[in-house]
Amino acid sequence: MDMALAPETLARWQFGITTVYHFLFVPLTISLAALTAGLETAWVRTGKEKYLRATKFWGKLFLINIAMGVVTGIVQEFQFGMNWSDYSRFVGDVFGAPLAFEALIAFFFESTFIGLWIFGWDKLPKKIHLACIWMVSIGTLLSAYFILAANSWMQHPVGYRINEEKGRAELTDFWLVLTQNTTLNQVFHSFSAAFLTGGAFMVGIAAFHLMRKKHIPVMRTSLRLGLVTLAVGGLLTAVSGDTLGKVMYEQQPMKMAAAEALWDGESPAPFSVFAYGDVDEGHNTVALEIPGLLSFLAHSDFESYVPGINDTNETLREKFGPGDYKPIVPVAYWGFRWMIGFGMASFSLGLLGLWLTRKKFLLPAALRTGEDEVPHLVLLKKPLGPRLSRLYWLLALWTMAFPLIANSWGWIFTEMGRQPWVVYGVMQTRDAVSPGVSQAEILTSMIAFTALYAVLAVVEVKLLAKYVKAGPPELTEADLNPPTKIGGDTRDADRPMAFSY
Amino acid sequence: MELHDVWFVLIAVLWTGYFFLEGFDFGVGVLTRLLARNRPEKRVLINTIGPVWDGNEVWLLSAGGATFAAFPEWYATLFSGFYLPLLAILICLIVRGVAFEYRVKRPEESWQRRWETAIFWTSLIPAFLWGVAFGNIVRGVKIDADFEYVGGLGDLLNPYALLGGLVTLTLFTFHGTVFVGLKTVGEIRERARTLALRVGAVTAVVALLFLLWTQADSGNAGSLVALAVAVGALVVALAAVRAGREGWAFTLSGVTIVAAVAMLFLSLFPNVMPSSLDDDWSLTVTNASSSPYTLKIMTWCAGIATPLVLLYQSWTYWVFRKRIGTQHIAPDIAH
Repeated sequence: MDMALAPETLARWQFGITTVYHFLFVPLTISLAALTAGLETAWVRTGKEKYLRATKFWGKLFLINIAMGVVTGIVQEFQFGMNWSDYSRFVGDVFGAPLAFEALIAFFFESTFIGLWIFGWDKLPKKIHLACIWMVSIGTLLSAYFILAANSWMQHPVGYRINEEKGRAELTDFWLVLTQNTTLNQVFHSFSAAFLTGGAFMVGIAAFHLMRKKHIPVMRTSLRLGLVTLAVGGLLTAVSGDTLGKVMYEQQPMKMAAAEALWDGESPAPFSVFAYGDVDEGHNTVALEIPGLLSFLAHSDFESYVPGINDTNETLREKFGPGDYKPIVPVAYWGFRWMIGFGMASFSLGLLGLWLTRKKFLLPAALRTGEDEVPHLVLLKKPLGPRLSRLYWLLALWTMAFPLIANSWGWIFTEMGRQPWVVYGVMQTRDAVSPGVSQAEILTSMIAFTALYAVLAVVEVKLLAKYVKAGPPELTEADLNPPTKIGGDTRDADRPMAFSY
Repeated sequence: MELHDVWFVLIAVLWTGYFFLEGFDFGVGVLTRLLARNRPEKRVLINTIGPVWDGNEVWLLSAGGATFAAFPEWYATLFSGFYLPLLAILICLIVRGVAFEYRVKRPEESWQRRWETAIFWTSLIPAFLWGVAFGNIVRGVKIDADFEYVGGLGDLLNPYALLGGLVTLTLFTFHGTVFVGLKTVGEIRERARTLALRVGAVTAVVALLFLLWTQADSGNAGSLVALAVAVGALVVALAAVRAGREGWAFTLSGVTIVAAVAMLFLSLFPNVMPSSLDDDWSLTVTNASSSPYTLKIMTWCAGIATPLVLLYQSWTYWVFRKRIGTQHIAPDIAH
């Protein structure tokens, strides 16, 4: 059969398309849930209207986003069985458990409390209403935790044994699956990247309004919150990326060698900034390198030996028998760079913004601004001119999707970099597909999902744009006088609901 | 009772929860065409399930996830075997979720009408297809020695399974109609009652046929009891609708669903997915289940989580206990 349309290839494409698409919404959902919860907390504690308006504004964007995250997540739950039935049979005993935990604990939390939050403005006292969005936020974090534990087991299987008689992997230590260093590092890295993503999103949209001098009090607060989130998230993403990288050098040396297009082991090993290679020949024709840096990234010193693709392939052949154990090197190499590049670009923009918009620190007193003024962008002692200021706002707006690109490439890198394995060292991807599912069936589902997702992407982005432009809503009497008892006010039986579909 | 038997029961509980809860919200989706006469009425219907449909749907994800963990072979055979019907269900659930959330986000007539059409079809199709799927599971399908489904799409569309689809579709619609009677106020509430009688009568006929057929094919003493409860509850539910006892009517239509699902699982046990080719190739609670260690952990998880879920989901229904009518829907539609 033509390789391009072989069921394995199609199933992999479908998994890639649906998963990357799903993960566009996941980090935004995680971070916006927490940020919205934070803003609502500020409203409940201070009673300042700008916080309630900010809560409603970001909450709306969060809801448009989570709707897509939830529905595309349904596919994730079932496509293991549909396209990867041999995988499911082999690993279900281990891999199924975190998935079931995710559904029973996290999904129920998320979905039930989101309903209460959306419809509960005129039904719940404000502290209980606030508790609901925190429950949603906890749900999103738990959900991510369990699924990352499952993925970490594919990256570095632990806490299991192979049952020869049944021909499958069986769980022996669930706690280890949940707490192994791969899991903890992936969770740390994904969570911080999620906040980097939400921070950039918030900064971009706040910049859009501040540039046009609209909705200043709400957007000023949002800008501040977004910048801090972006800077802290960015810093933690870099730190966790470094530790995750070191873990991967131990657990999957091939992935990291491919990430560097380091064909032959070196000591000290350089970090490659740019390379153009011939995969079949096993070397790079052009390379731009920083000496010793790779040794540092792998082992925290500038001297030590880092194995290359060729040597690692040889080691793996000795261990697992004849075969080619290297992934598609250019994908791993460029995926790694794009992940870091796009992520760090956003991070830098956040740091810069935090400095430019500082409130008091090293800022001439005359340049301090009030709550209803657009902050001056001050590099040293003087504000930036109108053109440069505008340039910063525009940059923030146009780069707000950078972390989404970084996240996508991060996943493409880590999943493609693990190939040919689906469970590292245990099961190869080619053995994981559903033997009973025909090419036509997979093709049908792939086309159906891709077409549907494309249409929904257009719908979603347009809706987001509409609500971004509309800005924070005006508050009503009802908004400012939330009910004092559960179930809402009973005096006026015919009062319209605060929110209805 | 061994752990894999416990898990057979728990999987049945999760599916029962799913069909009980999403049953009425599928029904409400179908009613947007069958009962509502204008847009405000459609909105009343949609808002009766507004705060809860998402939580209801998670019962499906839990059933799926729990099957993956507790019976990997069942999960693998079922979802790779029933590939295209499942694909159709997934597409419907995706569109349906987005439709609820996005419909009101733009004021344009064409925008809202399009999503309303989507809500109707994406409620109707899964309501039908779940019955087809369960009909086939109970009846047995072509499963080979490797536990692979070797039949085609045509094999799944047999008369028994199609009748099963009709049962879930009508039963869920009935359940939804009764739910609307309980949750609305005004003219629509009255009409829901009239419609419930008609839908209920049709449901009674197809359900009786299907359940008797099931009993004849694969029944046992236990399933006979469940059959009697299901049919009895449905008849009493109809009487309650006539008498205007809305709370009882809803409880009893719920009991009908619970008993019907129980009957299917009782006639299935100890198989989880029988093979129509050779009894030795059937998936059973023994050969399809996970290791005792995994089942033990899962039992702890489900044992603690499920009651909690029931608790906080019930609380949600209590918070939104107020009946709604057209007067409660804000005319301003751009939120």
